Amino acid sequence: MKMKAALLGAVAALGIAPAAFADRGTDGEVKLTFPQAVSIMNPYLSGGTKDIYAASLVLEPLAGLDPQGVLIPKLVTEIPTLENGGISADMTSITWKLLPGLLWSDGTPVTADDAVFTWQYCTHPEGGCSQATKYEGVASVEAVDPSTIKVTFSGPKANPYTAFVSALAPVLQKKQFEACLGAAAPTCTDPNNMPIGTGAFMVTGFTVNDTVSMAANPNYRDPAKPAFATAVIKGGGDAEGSARAVMETGEFDYAWNTQIPPEAQASMAAAGKGEFVVAFGTLVERIEMNTTDPDPALPEGERATAKHPHPILSDIKVRTALSKAIDRSILVEVGYGAGGKPTCNVIPGPDAWASDNTGCIAQDMPGAMALLDEAGWKDSDGDGIRDKDGKKLHILYQTTVNPIRQDFQALIKDWWTELGVEVELKAIDPGVFFGGDAGSPDTFQKFYADVEMYANNSESPDPESYLGQYQCKNAPSPETQWQGENINRFCTPEYDALYATMATTTDMAARQDIAKKLNDMVTKDSMIVVPLVHRGTLSAHSFALGGVQINAWDTEFWNVADWTRVK
Amino acid sequence: MLTFTLRRLLLAIPTLLVISLVIFLLVDLAPGSPMSEIPLTVPPDVRQKMIEALGADQPVFFRYMLWLRQFFWVEPMTLFDGWFGTHIVEGEQRILSWQSRSPVFTIIGQRIPQTLTVIGTAYVVGILIALPIGIYSAYRQYSFFDQIGTLFAMIGFSVPTFFSGTLLIIIFSVWLGWLPTKYDTVMEVTDWESFFKQIKQMILPVMTLGLANAATISRYMRSSMLDNMTMDYVRTARAKGMSERTVVLKHVLRNSLIPVVTVIALGIPAIFGGAIITENLFGVNGIGAALIGAIHASDLPMVQTLAFIFAVLIVLFNLIADILYGFLDPRIRYD
Amino acid sequence: MTEASITPPKPANQSSAIWQQFRTHKGALFGLCVLGFLILAVLIGPYLWVPEKLKVVDAIRLKNQGPSWRFPLGTDQLGRDMLARMLLAGRVSLAVGLVAMVIAIVFGTLIGTLAGYFRRLDGPLMRTTDMFLALPLIPLLLVLVMLFRDRIASLIGPELGAFTLIVFAIGITSWMATARIVRGEVLTLKEREYVLAARSIGARPSRIIRRHILPNVVSPVMVAATLGVAEAIITESVLSFLGLGFPPDFPTWGRLLYDGLQYMQVYPERVIWPGLAISLTVLSVNYIGDGLRDALDPRIRGR
Repeated sequence: MKMKAALLGAVAALGIAPAAFADRGTDGEVKLTFPQAVSIMNPYLSGGTKDIYAASLVLEPLAGLDPQGVLIPKLVTEIPTLENGGISADMTSITWKLLPGLLWSDGTPVTADDAVFTWQYCTHPEGGCSQATKYEGVASVEAVDPSTIKVTFSGPKANPYTAFVSALAPVLQKKQFEACLGAAAPTCTDPNNMPIGTGAFMVTGFTVNDTVSMAANPNYRDPAKPAFATAVIKGGGDAEGSARAVMETGEFDYAWNTQIPPEAQASMAAAGKGEFVVAFGTLVERIEMNTTDPDPALPEGERATAKHPHPILSDIKVRTALSKAIDRSILVEVGYGAGGKPTCNVIPGPDAWASDNTGCIAQDMPGAMALLDEAGWKDSDGDGIRDKDGKKLHILYQTTVNPIRQDFQALIKDWWTELGVEVELKAIDPGVFFGGDAGSPDTFQKFYADVEMYANNSESPDPESYLGQYQCKNAPSPETQWQGENINRFCTPEYDALYATMATTTDMAARQDIAKKLNDMVTKDSMIVVPLVHRGTLSAHSFALGGVQINAWDTEFWNVADWTRVK
Repeated sequence: MLTFTLRRLLLAIPTLLVISLVIFLLVDLAPGSPMSEIPLTVPPDVRQKMIEALGADQPVFFRYMLWLRQFFWVEPMTLFDGWFGTHIVEGEQRILSWQSRSPVFTIIGQRIPQTLTVIGTAYVVGILIALPIGIYSAYRQYSFFDQIGTLFAMIGFSVPTFFSGTLLIIIFSVWLGWLPTKYDTVMEVTDWESFFKQIKQMILPVMTLGLANAATISRYMRSSMLDNMTMDYVRTARAKGMSERTVVLKHVLRNSLIPVVTVIALGIPAIFGGAIITENLFGVNGIGAALIGAIHASDLPMVQTLAFIFAVLIVLFNLIADILYGFLDPRIRYD
Repeated sequence: MTEASITPPKPANQSSAIWQQFRTHKGALFGLCVLGFLILAVLIGPYLWVPEKLKVVDAIRLKNQGPSWRFPLGTDQLGRDMLARMLLAGRVSLAVGLVAMVIAIVFGTLIGTLAGYFRRLDGPLMRTTDMFLALPLIPLLLVLVMLFRDRIASLIGPELGAFTLIVFAIGITSWMATARIVRGEVLTLKEREYVLAARSIGARPSRIIRRHILPNVVSPVMVAATLGVAEAIITESVLSFLGLGFPPDFPTWGRLLYDGLQYMQVYPERVIWPGLAISLTVLSVNYIGDGLRDALDPRIRGR
């Protein structure tokens, strides 16, 4: 028996030998560059994706998502399910088992207390935690024993994989952050900049908004990983500069978020030093239709509110005609190339959640014209612009300042002009547009325009909270200081009712069905949201870097421990 | 001159206070919010909580007073504590950036060396190129040299740095592969090898900025020299048999320096302010890049502090320029 | 710089004398011609060169073309005719560049002269200048847009409104350097013998400033003007990134230059055309300034 075990062990050792030929820290330095520099390494206080991605090299959640959007264990032995008993039968609690012998990079053991503390940290009312939604509906987190974490929800939770899942909700070390609860959170500069984690790397130097220097974590759970001894993230500049530093000059190994025009992509790829990789999540560039009247003549407080329906766009025929006039394939060709696909859905993926709605892909100019005729918009005075009851068919079309969006604006204006619509374009500084400052007339929530274009996505493969945006109660209005995610002020009782059933439905297939129906209700059934392009995130990596598997559902660095130097 | 200097320094205090209030109100009034870079997936109520945690929902007057206190009391005392190991302001909140939650002065401290080495060198290089070109162009007005100089100066300031910088990158990094495009800010100069590396990575940003500066200064130098070349005293000096060298470099040059001194004095605070586009393009983590990043993220404490330090430098260097005027032309009197 | 041997016939008045001198300056005449040509081109060009109306699908197939008879300057990434866009862009850029420069120069010279000549005004005016120098530009512009864009647009229409706002924004943010330079010059000029002489015979300050001070600050002002045009054209493109300015489909030279940047390696002509246009404008303004300076200098005039 003993002999057999030994033999098996030898076989196993031989089996894994090729994978483990690279020992920890033998491949030198891996250099990453971001077009936006990293401000803080604590995702719970972070200002954006750049910080979360950078932190994901250091801090880890209990479970992450792989490129297919499937859950994978990170700090735990397995993913809890109903079948293995990890999730209680009534769906009110989930229990995670930590890997045995897990250590923080400072050598102290990871315990369930750290997870409990992380929950307290993020849900503290004065902490201003940016990932609070991840812990929404969590009634308590307890340490059953040092390696068992039990998360109890306030009711049955259809999707229990929110707390401690994905790079947005990693586990913090209690010892390091203990003094940083609540109002003290922002003042903990050192922990926020150099958090102790369980990831493949640990921070050795941090220059705000510039460079993060890292070294291989000596206590990483796999003794053979990571292959690189050090890692550095240099931030700043623009997408073009980052892409060039990888693709043409070879100064860096990996550039995150390199959205540049297709022609420039092609010319950089021709240099032969690296390649662009793209991952499709749920990011959709769309045109949102305003259902309320943004007429500046209306008094402030009534302008763009539900009190005054939109004089032109309230008619579904007009909305449909505007969508039909657009050739989405040309948009993709001009703006994104391989980094985009035409789409008619708000939820374009993962496949199981996406509706089969493709009705909008083919451009239909005659159909669009017929619809406008039918709606009573005719060019009665022969100036090329349709009118009705003495009112011109005039549309103000706004978006942010961005070269691709301006190209889209120009193309769509051409199509709509062909249709007999007079189009006025407007571009707004993104900081103002997305800033949500109630005092500015130019925020996307205020929507002082007829249509506006931007991109949005669901942060998890399960789109429940994302679809929740279109409920009546989420419409921005003066009463809510113009905050709210229901940009179009779309409001139907059917949508709200169906959405309410989704929150209580736990069967996966039924949930996916509801999601598809909700998707159709805001897109093809009502044309309130006109999706244009399913955008991928485009990154570039050098051919000298091996093991890159780009991931749209979690951080792109989800498998950084497996990256190696190709010689 | 001493009383003048003292009076101006005293007057500077209320001036700067007014400037700081105006900057504060301006930045506060500007549309945009510290939440603009947070992904759209974060819902409004969480955003509201985050704004409260930053203290950004407090009344503007309250925040201004807090900033004044932090800037004039907490920060100097923190420095004092650091030097002498005392605990005068221990536990008091320093000026924290909203974007990174780090103390603003730590960030400034990290960035000053880069700003001074890169932008400062570029400025000095610019002046060193500009003065001889300006002087010689004026001395030989409409000569071939002057025409070429004019052409380059015109191109120098009609193409913006975002263009010339990108062009230099394409030529020297992409095609020739000689120089790096991204400035390595964590590299330490310890030996000759790292020193040469440092020089190498400074060439492109310094060239981009230096050329733009040289173009401007050389034009002012040339025009001012031209004005003075035809003055009677020059004719007198020549008639007295002085060498051309003495005439041009001593008499004409000294009298021509007033506008040049003004321009240089205007430019020195700009060194500290950094060069936004160049810094961004080459990844030099200077003050300019910090300021623009903070403005885009509506990081009020950061913008306010940087703009205020900038204001102090402007007031200071304008004073220095005024004193220099007195040396260059003793007829100028202020009292 | 040789002594004149022949005295020219005495001109009838000062302005024709200035023109007489200006005409002899070859560079200045060249500059005037080039600038005149550019202005004429952008004014009547768009009527002479009307681009073909192409459907989007057809235009896309013609994107990024090099120069040809059909498209003398090639096409852009959407298949739009670059020549037509350059001409249209020139209207805005030249108008903004020249008008904003004039505003900044006039305002800066006024402030600088007043501060330099009248000691009592020096303090307040220069502290105001300091403040404007210290104000961070982008928040200032964003506030301007927020407060005034819609109001001006409702008064005089969106396009004229945008133009007014741009010119105003550039004007009020770029007069400070001129003001300080002029003040420095005035400080020394007013202690010169001829000014003291004029003052001692009882000449009024306004006359002294007009007759003796202003003609002598022309040369730095001309340099500032040359720089000002270039700066205004470039600043206009920066403004459009902040949403202050013309609608996004309205081309300007600065914006064409910036847009072309991404394609610089693949299609270098995309940046060459706007870069050339801006440089030519600045160069011609510079030579005109040179000529004007010589013409206004009584010591050079007549040689």
